[in-house]
Amino acid sequence: MASFLIARLASALVVIFGVVCTVFLLIHLVPGDPVELMLGESAQPADRAALREALGLDRPLPVQLGVYLERLAHLDLGQSLHSQRPVAEVLAARLPATAELAVAALLVAIVTALPLGVLAATHHNGAWDTGAMGFSLLGVSIPNFWMGPLLILVFSIGLGWTPVSGRSGLASLILPALTLGTALAAILARMVRSSLLEVLNEDYIRTARAKGLSPAAVMWRHALRNAWLPVITVLGLQLGALLGGAVVTETVFSWPGVGSLMIEAIQKRDYPVVQGCVLVIAVAYVVVNTLTDLVYGWIDPRIRLGDA
Amino acid sequence: MSDILLRIENLKTWIGSGPRPVRAVDGVDLEIRRGETFALLGESGCGKSMTALSIMRLLPPAGRIVEGHVELDGVPLLDLPEVAMRQERGGRMGMIFQEPMTSLNPVLTIGQQIAEAVRVHEDPARRRTPEQRVLELLEAVGIPDPKRRVREYPHQLSGGMKQRVMIAIALAGRPELLIADEPTTALDVTIQAQVLDLMRDLQRERGMAILLITHDLGVVSETADRVAVMYAGQIVEIAPADTFFGAARHPYSRKLFESLPRAERRSARLNVIEGNVPPLDRDFTGCRFADRCDLAEPRCHEVSPEWTVLGEGEGVRCHLYAGGAGVTLFPRAAVEHPDRAVSQGGETLLETEQLKVHFPIHKGVFRRVVGHVRAVDGVSLAIPTGRTVALVGESGCGKTTVGKGILQLIRPTAGQVRFDGEELTRLTQRELRRRRRNMQIIFQDPMSSMNPRMLVGNIVEEGMQAQRMGDRAWRRRRVTELLEHVGIPAEARNRYPHEFSGGQRQRICVARALALEPKLIVCDEPTSALDVSVQAQILNLLQDLQAEFGLSYLFITHDISVVSYLAHEVAVMYLGRIVERGTVQEVLEDPLHPYTQALLSAVPTVDKGSKRKVIHLEGDMPSPANPPAGCHFHPRCPVAMETCRTAYPPERRIGGSRVVSCFRVTGETGSESGPAGSAPR
Repeated sequence: MASFLIARLASALVVIFGVVCTVFLLIHLVPGDPVELMLGESAQPADRAALREALGLDRPLPVQLGVYLERLAHLDLGQSLHSQRPVAEVLAARLPATAELAVAALLVAIVTALPLGVLAATHHNGAWDTGAMGFSLLGVSIPNFWMGPLLILVFSIGLGWTPVSGRSGLASLILPALTLGTALAAILARMVRSSLLEVLNEDYIRTARAKGLSPAAVMWRHALRNAWLPVITVLGLQLGALLGGAVVTETVFSWPGVGSLMIEAIQKRDYPVVQGCVLVIAVAYVVVNTLTDLVYGWIDPRIRLGDA
Repeated sequence: MSDILLRIENLKTWIGSGPRPVRAVDGVDLEIRRGETFALLGESGCGKSMTALSIMRLLPPAGRIVEGHVELDGVPLLDLPEVAMRQERGGRMGMIFQEPMTSLNPVLTIGQQIAEAVRVHEDPARRRTPEQRVLELLEAVGIPDPKRRVREYPHQLSGGMKQRVMIAIALAGRPELLIADEPTTALDVTIQAQVLDLMRDLQRERGMAILLITHDLGVVSETADRVAVMYAGQIVEIAPADTFFGAARHPYSRKLFESLPRAERRSARLNVIEGNVPPLDRDFTGCRFADRCDLAEPRCHEVSPEWTVLGEGEGVRCHLYAGGAGVTLFPRAAVEHPDRAVSQGGETLLETEQLKVHFPIHKGVFRRVVGHVRAVDGVSLAIPTGRTVALVGESGCGKTTVGKGILQLIRPTAGQVRFDGEELTRLTQRELRRRRRNMQIIFQDPMSSMNPRMLVGNIVEEGMQAQRMGDRAWRRRRVTELLEHVGIPAEARNRYPHEFSGGQRQRICVARALALEPKLIVCDEPTSALDVSVQAQILNLLQDLQAEFGLSYLFITHDISVVSYLAHEVAVMYLGRIVERGTVQEVLEDPLHPYTQALLSAVPTVDKGSKRKVIHLEGDMPSPANPPAGCHFHPRCPVAMETCRTAYPPERRIGGSRVVSCFRVTGETGSESGPAGSAPR
């Protein structure tokens, strides 16, 4: 197990280093002069020079990378051009909101998807199956920018149960979490179903039944543990996306997360902030996927114990 | 207490709904007595597994029991509510399955999987601490070091060990009936001998009855007290084993015996059962076997035969016995094979010298090479023109890799392969492609070796196209010829592989190989996925083709009876090396290497009279990544000496044609003795 862990962590570090380099190079990939892009065409030459110096763009590339890495080690992501606050601080203010929303959406998704998937698989081609898959199709098809306002219309404006927007306690979390969670639940329910259908056909399920185990024991101990693997892959990818900020949902609900921060920064051409957002999103992906791999090993001894 | 443990009456199990369900089990009656081994024998699709699953009420979702009565010790199983049935399942009756590899849950330790069964069936008082009982069960099924093994996962165990674990699970509920569905079919013969022995011992100790479901006459003859033969959803004969193996009654039973390949039939064609098992989704008017029966009379096609009782627990379903009187047994047809007896070996067509195929083992973050799997580790053999050389060994010994290495489908790590005097290992891919015409291969599973989206005609033609043989019209004519030659109607060209039966598919594969007019065909277990009656058809075909075209075969197999029937020469492989080779008579009748002796002794035979002594090999074949020092076989060898632990025995030549690698065997030392343990390049 130890060597498996070390191998996974090492490869995650390599990927993160690649991400950092790419993010650093982003500013140089912008067509034309990044400084002009940020300040607009009407900017004074002196301002441009000042910004160029502030960003360190007047120095040779390797030196720039060195400086960037050094700053990064101190969690210094530069300064926002707009608010003049450190980017790290701006991000830190937004991250908890995003994490909160992501976890809530994930819970909504798992709590709905698991029973739906299990019902659909155990009643293959029956009424439950059709119903669950119909719901899932609906969930995948309805776009968040439509679902969000609809929920607001019904529950906030119509019934007055929840706030319309913003982040103010648990009540304000419900609607955005439902919006995000439904789409995710739809995909997950499908994964749980198809994965279970496959596993339920396996010989070891027959062995478990031949022991005289109850259907619940067969499902929990034997079927679901094996069906998890593909589901977790999808879960990992989706959670990574959620942590990177659910841009549309955050915008609809004016949720102060990383996603809406990035949109604002792009609109304001606040380049260091955009860079910071991209870095956070990328690292979130890597971290979540590494965790997924570790969970894989925890579930499946064949992966954990390797070929030995 | 009644003598009868299990009674089945008029059991009917259908699969699928809709207008034409498959009547997999169509009115089965049988009785199993306490403590006996009752074999249910039949070919694939005859309904024997469905019968077993019906007893356990473990049918797949599409299957249902439509009629009948099943009674275990007086308890009507089919009327029990599901909750009560769960106590019977794994309790008074346990079941083990064909595929030990896939029958255990990969993410739970074997200890957990056995404990689960213990918890369901143990007295409530002892239910909370199943650990002790789990260890007892592992010990009972002969798993060494059970304390360590309980914490292991299925993938860390060999196939034989997994089947032992399955048996331990079945024993957890102290069953009175053990249902074993092809328990050794997926195992090697030496492991099969171990598992059958274990089952016999357990039965003696615990007095449980065994319902053994199998297609293997040899296994039946080794284990069964009574035999039932199943055909097309019905039982056609029940008899005590001695009677059955002395003189089977039903024409189908007799045909099964006659289609077995054996040494005595070497000069004869095998007596095959023509045609296929009829589909079971329709009504039958006459006897279900009538269309394939040599003895069918008009009434056989018109009236279904009734069950004729011939004695206590004995009977047959055949018109020939309907009068109650015995029937003069019909003579066995022995057709002389025209060219077979005279076919003498010609010049050497293919020769390998010290052939080695090693696969690197990668490990760690940087995929470093940490070792090699020595799949083939110095194999020298020669195949003469027009002869069949059989390469025999258990799974994992490297025999398939030898075949692929010879054809350069895997490039050998070292050694030479000379075909028709030309060295193949040095050829470029391009040069090699032209020479592929001369050497073809037939695989074990005909279904997966054909592209399911290609028409049969295109499959057979493709090779000719690649080798630029003839023009289109010529090739098309030839496809027709080839198909007819292997016994497939020419209109098959416009159909897809899935529309054919297993035997027909293998014929198509033979036609595909023949299309290029090869000199050598590597046959890699070409009949092991087929039923014995269909196997006989394919073996006859291969023999006819050899006689007609002077083909050479490298016949890779684990089946000794096929070897004895078909091969001229035999090479026995163990862990990447040939331990003994010679003519088929020499090796099979007087094996010299201890491994060959053990392997041959483990093969079950249908001759009730022959009381051969099985030589039991301990444990499993070691990993070819880490072969034992000295002779690879010494850890399992019953006659190993001190020298065997340190040095690999050189090849010793005995007589003109025989080579053995064993220190116990005295003879001239071969000039080309392999360097022991040489490092891979």
